[in-house]
Amino acid sequence: MSTPAVAQAPNAHPKPVQRLADRVFSGAALTAGSLILATLAAVAAFLVMQSIPAVTTDPNDISILSGQNFWSYVWPLVFGTVWSAAIALVMAVPVAIGIALFISHYAPRRLAQGLGYVIDLLAAVPSVVFGLWGANTLAPAVQPFYSWLTENLGWFPLFSGQASGTGRTILTASVVLAVMILPIITALCREIFLQTPVLHEEAALALGATRWEMIRIAVLPFGRAGIISAAMLGLGRALGETMAVAMVLSSSGAITVALLTSSNPSTIAANIALSFPEAYGLNVNLLIATGLMLFAITLVINALARYIISRRKEFSGAN
Amino acid sequence: MAQTTAAPAVRLSSPTPPPRGQMSNVYASGRLGRWVPWAILGVSLIISLAVFALFQAASGGDFNVAGAIVLTGVLNGILIYVTALLVEGIRKAKDRLVTTLVSSAFIIALAPLISLFITVLSRGTERFDLQLFSESMRNVVGQGGGVLHAIVGTLIMTGIATVISVPVGLLTSIYLVEYGRGALARAITFFVDVMTGIPSIVAGLFAYALFSLVFGPGVRLGVAGAVALSVLMIPVVVRSSEEMLRLVPNELREAAFALGVPKWLTILKVVLPTSLAGITTGVMLAIARVIGETAPLLVAAGFTQNMNYNPFEGRMQSLPVFVYSSYVSQGTDAQAYLDRAWAAALALILIVMALNLIARIVARLFSPKLGR
Amino acid sequence: MSKRIEVKDLNVYYSKFLAVEDVSLTIEPRSVTAFIGPSGCGKSTFLRTLNRMHEVIPGARVEGEVLIDGDNLYGAGVDPVLVRRNIGMVFQRPNPFPTMSIRENVLAGVTLNNRRISKSAADDLAEKSLRGANLWNEVKDRLDKPGSSLSGGQQQRLCIARAIAVSPDILLMDEPCSALDPISTLAIEDLIEELKSEYTIVIVTHNMQQASRVSDRTAFFNIAGTGKPGKLIEYNDTDTIFTQPTVQATEDYVSGRFG
Repeated sequence: MSTPAVAQAPNAHPKPVQRLADRVFSGAALTAGSLILATLAAVAAFLVMQSIPAVTTDPNDISILSGQNFWSYVWPLVFGTVWSAAIALVMAVPVAIGIALFISHYAPRRLAQGLGYVIDLLAAVPSVVFGLWGANTLAPAVQPFYSWLTENLGWFPLFSGQASGTGRTILTASVVLAVMILPIITALCREIFLQTPVLHEEAALALGATRWEMIRIAVLPFGRAGIISAAMLGLGRALGETMAVAMVLSSSGAITVALLTSSNPSTIAANIALSFPEAYGLNVNLLIATGLMLFAITLVINALARYIISRRKEFSGAN
Repeated sequence: MAQTTAAPAVRLSSPTPPPRGQMSNVYASGRLGRWVPWAILGVSLIISLAVFALFQAASGGDFNVAGAIVLTGVLNGILIYVTALLVEGIRKAKDRLVTTLVSSAFIIALAPLISLFITVLSRGTERFDLQLFSESMRNVVGQGGGVLHAIVGTLIMTGIATVISVPVGLLTSIYLVEYGRGALARAITFFVDVMTGIPSIVAGLFAYALFSLVFGPGVRLGVAGAVALSVLMIPVVVRSSEEMLRLVPNELREAAFALGVPKWLTILKVVLPTSLAGITTGVMLAIARVIGETAPLLVAAGFTQNMNYNPFEGRMQSLPVFVYSSYVSQGTDAQAYLDRAWAAALALILIVMALNLIARIVARLFSPKLGR
Repeated sequence: MSKRIEVKDLNVYYSKFLAVEDVSLTIEPRSVTAFIGPSGCGKSTFLRTLNRMHEVIPGARVEGEVLIDGDNLYGAGVDPVLVRRNIGMVFQRPNPFPTMSIRENVLAGVTLNNRRISKSAADDLAEKSLRGANLWNEVKDRLDKPGSSLSGGQQQRLCIARAIAVSPDILLMDEPCSALDPISTLAIEDLIEELKSEYTIVIVTHNMQQASRVSDRTAFFNIAGTGKPGKLIEYNDTDTIFTQPTVQATEDYVSGRFG
């Protein structure tokens, strides 16, 4: 080690010989991995390429726009997308945390896994079935309740206006969205709650804490970052969900926070699904441009969620 | 738990029974008995049933089941809190309130699930007959007709998507677990996560944009639908296979290396067989996930009333899109369209459930025991 | 078949970190050589460089020469896969392939390499290897049961049978008994004694009684402190190492004063 000849050796160490079959196999694996990067790049590139005409062309030449500016067409859709997803999130997160706690800390051990499967069943239902159910079963069922709300609590901005006669309002759509994102948030929260260090839990219990106090002291602080990222992944789902909204919501394109009236904003995804089959020419480019915006929004939300998860991993020592 | 009201229980629970049975256990004093929460639940139920029965008697109309259940829940929460507050103090009261809330969260989630299954079952069985599975919708305007063309389209497109996704996804996961290091592996991991978050309709738009470059605008092809589904399916396959491959203990790889087995054969003959059951489960769950996708197929493959066996020519119908299009464009005989939609939805749910079930069975039956 | 191992000026690195420094020793054929030393002194790492298994760990690399009957393992154009076919290894924890039966496990070295072998030849090889590992009588009636159905000691002997089925020149054993109970350990030690007549055996062990029981020669490795490289302190006949070592550290270690 002391001689100069040894000191220069690190650069000279020979690469191990690789067999041909090994090279072919690892090459195939590498190609597949790179294909994913290429696909994603292609998704972004094609969407951008197809979107450019929608923004640069004179709005009068795009029939859906009928003269209005591109941004004034997109803005209500963006609002509707974010608004409906946010309402869904507000409804889903507390329930999901409750279910996750129920399964991880309240239900008897033998039952817990079975209960988890039951919630996972919700995730297995195709979105189009949720849409059908939301439009045909849920909307008529909640309509009387909506009428009651507007009559008695109409002074509250969210419940203002004349209740929709069909019940197919943005609140109904959000309820369906909430049901749809419930399983993913529950599954992630459950996993995080189960990872709570047993030592922390036992320390709390040994101090004479009740079960709720133990959860407040040990489980929730440990899982906070996880809950946030689970909620954001759920939000990403809700933003991009198409069919349930397209089938449940009867939209008028209005920007309003009133939840129960018949004038509702549409969402980007639902708007594409409803307009795309009949679209032609530049209208297609316009719809793809709105799709690109949706892609960008979900990308940001998901990246943020992943970032929080990865940071949590570094600090907690779990996983 | 021992109860203040039931002295025998105290005796049973203490390791050495005290000489005088009347003496109460210090640790059991000031506690509500086990039966109390259930009794309170019962009382709340009776009260709300009574209230809503009165409403019904006063105003006529149907008995409001949902309202009664909600009132029961609210009453139950309040009563438990107050009772526990009076007997056990504030800390216990809070604990009991949270227990009630957490349990009701589970019931809240069950409500839509049960409602959905009941609805799909009751309305889907109206047209769940042989004709549904033996005919297409060609030249059908009113009643009759079937979803055979949609089932065939779903099978073809999901099949192609699987054929594309499984090799790509599996090889990628092999790269990540067995070969990948450094920046490229990190980039792939990150972008697989990004791909997981792509909204399904965006995947459809991508496939459309891709194929319209070759075939011109307005193209709707079965294979385009399959490509859209692959974009959604690949990340799911990568994630699940990666997880399964990482579960294979390193010692097995080393054992094979030490026998002079090259790396590629080690992966093919030791690592993959060991994780085969898990990978199969993951693939089936991925299929179950994309088989219900509507939006990308609506955009990329369109819809049609006719049978189409060729994914490279013409529009192709699929089960989820059939449900959607029947619902959105109800013809003159609206009920016939709705009935078909529900029947197709029932068929779709059954397929997805079957896939999920088989996947779990595969995971349980065929995975090798890695524990020692 | 049995070959001589000559190690000349070997350094082992994990990326930048020097793990084992400047080892030179010669291991004679048909002998058992034990590597002893405190945890983290690099004896397992060094053992792995004798069949290039250290390359499985990313960043690990070697300077110097390892000559097997004069052929350098680290010469240009050497295929590590071929090296490992001729130098077998048994690991700390028994690791039978869970998807294979007992018989398939023994034959794994042959079948995994896609070599064709007739049914009768395979049966003969399986029996010969299992007999060689003193396992035949215990498992001959259940060759088609999974390898993981055996007890820990049996699994380890199965792994030895698997290693000798490919008729290697040298057998490396990385603490083969550390996960086993005393009775299984004794069975393995007896086995090592028998295998000595055919193979060059190198065994890493934490157990000094074991080293003194099974080995002809013993190498003592030590480490100056954490972050320092491991070194070969003393290498001699086992009797000499345990009775009259020349280095103070060796005496301290074998007499149980540290480690």
